[in-house]
Order: sequence, then C-alpha cells, then structure tokens
Amino acid sequence: MSILHTVNKSPFEKSSMDSCLAYANEGSAVLMYEDGIYGAIKGTAVADKISASSGVKFYVLGPDLKARGVAEDKVVDGIEIVDYAKFVSLAAENDKVQAWV
Amino acid sequence: MAIEANGKTFETDEEGYLTNLAEWEPAVADAMAAEDDLPLTDEHWEILNFLREYYEEYQIAPAVRVLTKAVGKRLGKEKGNSKYLYALFPYGPGKQACRFAGLPKPTGCI
Amino acid sequence: MSEQIKKFMYVNRRAPYGTIYAWESLEVVLIGAAFDQDVSLAFIDDGVYQLIKGQDTAEVEMKNFSPTYQALGDYDVTKLFVEKESLEERGLTLEDLMPLTYEDEDDDWAEKDSIRLVSRAELADIMDEQDVFFSF
Repeated sequence: MSILHTVNKSPFEKSSMDSCLAYANEGSAVLMYEDGIYGAIKGTAVADKISASSGVKFYVLGPDLKARGVAEDKVVDGIEIVDYAKFVSLAAENDKVQAWV
Repeated sequence: MAIEANGKTFETDEEGYLTNLAEWEPAVADAMAAEDDLPLTDEHWEILNFLREYYEEYQIAPAVRVLTKAVGKRLGKEKGNSKYLYALFPYGPGKQACRFAGLPKPTGCI
Repeated sequence: MSEQIKKFMYVNRRAPYGTIYAWESLEVVLIGAAFDQDVSLAFIDDGVYQLIKGQDTAEVEMKNFSPTYQALGDYDVTKLFVEKESLEERGLTLEDLMPLTYEDEDDDWAEKDSIRLVSRAELADIMDEQDVFFSF
C-alpha cells in the first residue's frame, strides 16, 4: 500500500518535513511544494536526511521552485522536478495521500 | 464602479482605480481625465508613461516624494519638483496620475 | 514630525510566498519610510529566502514582489542586514541573492550595496542598538 506524502511548509520553520521523513517507509513517495520546496536545496541538514532515506522517491514541484528563484541545479541529485500534471498523477498512482500541512 | 473607454467597460474600485491593471490602455487614461475635466497633454503623458515604467520595473506605485526625485533624475530638475507635478495633476501626482496610468493607489497614500 | 530620530528595525523571518508576511513587511517599510527615521531591515531564518534572485511567479499566478526590493534605495532604505548563518543553513550564499544597491547622496550619488552580510553575533549587537522592532 503506497503512500504519497506531501510537504508544503519550510523545513526550517516547521517540523512537517521531519515528521514526514520519519513516517515515509520504503516504497512511498514524498512531494515537496509551496514553501516545502526549500527542503530540496543542496547542502543543508534536510538534504542529508533526504539522501539517507533509502527506498523513498522524492519529487519537487517545478513552478514553486521557479517562483522562489531556486534554480534546478541547486536541487539535491535524485529529486525529480515535476509539473502540476505529474502532481495529479502521483496522487492517482498512490493508494493514498498524507499531507503534512 | 466602472468607466467606459474605447467602446469597452473597465471595472474600477470605489476610488476609481482600475481593478485589473493588465486591462489598461491609453483610452482609459483619457476617459478618466475627461471625468476630472483635465485634458491630457504631452507633459501629462510623459509622467504617466514614467509611472507605468516605474511600476513595470518595481511592481509598486511610487510615493510622491520618490516620484518627484525619480522624475528629476530622469526628466530634469525643472520637472522633478512638486510644483510642476501638482500643476499637471491638481488632485495629486500620486493619487490622480497613478489612477490615470492604471496603477494601484500609491503605497502609503491615504 | 518627531523631535528625535529613532532606530527602526524590521525583522523579516518568513519565506516570501507561502504566507503574506514578507509582502506585508515590505509595504509597511515603504509606508514607514515617509517618517524619516533611521530604518534598517534584518533578514534572518526563512527571511533570507525573500532576497533570492531570479524569482518567477508566472506559473503559480502570484504577484512577484521581489523587484520591489530594488525600489528600497529610492525610499532611502539602504541598510539590509542578511544573517550569514541563516543563509548557510539553507544551502545559500550571497551569490544566490539579488544585488541591491542605492545611490549615496552624501558621496556624489555613488552606487553602493544595500545588502550587508553579517554574522549572528554581529546582528545581535546591531539589534542591541535599535529603539524599535517591527516583527514579520
């Protein structure tokens, strides 16, 4: 039973991302959007935790990266940049969605 | 509220500012000016165009003192003073000119 | 207006688009600039995200207010303190921020940087010197 976890809060302001990572088991997916995209930037403590999460697939919403001026080359390797259509299909592909708001 | 210009209707707020800034066209300025009994001359247009460029660049309608300083720098000292600008726009170069130019009310104007 | 010039510091700690705080702060700064006080802005914690260059909000259909920071110099707001540790914790450097400048009236209108990179300890000392804080 796969879960799509979504995070839309900055990992430096709220504990949403930490909780999400603690609950994301192997085979689940994590999508960062809105202020959650700041978790996808290279060279941070959050990036280290993402890299250490084995078996979890990470996604980040491109339009929110662009809005906030975060260039694609600043995104942690292995995180897939997606558009709104992919966001929807991720929600459909997984059995359920847990939003860490 | 609304204003008619160029055969179209443009929605405005309770103070007469355009609701959708993207809809602005020069005919809107002429229509608003006609309502205020103020025919627009090239001197008026110079300021209106300046305001539109300022908004395009900074995404805000400048306060009067900032406008005055910026006009002085760009268009010359004889225009960069409140006497000149108020003579052109008696209801205030901030409020009236920004309204004609399709900008929001300047931040900080009451 | 007032007999004495006070040191006003706006403390910005929020990212730009997820909440309205950053834009509200900027509007208050622009309004407050009319009062001729000694104004400075501090960007700490998530506030440093406000100054990232290359913001493009077209696809999220929100107003991109990052160009407005460029107007601060026109409003005589010329001291923007950015905390080094907050940048580093977030994987950012000064290079990732918009270059912001003002023209120094007292120095033949020379163009100068508005952004001043300071350490947490330095900013704490600068905060000690302030009279009033506005927190966003």
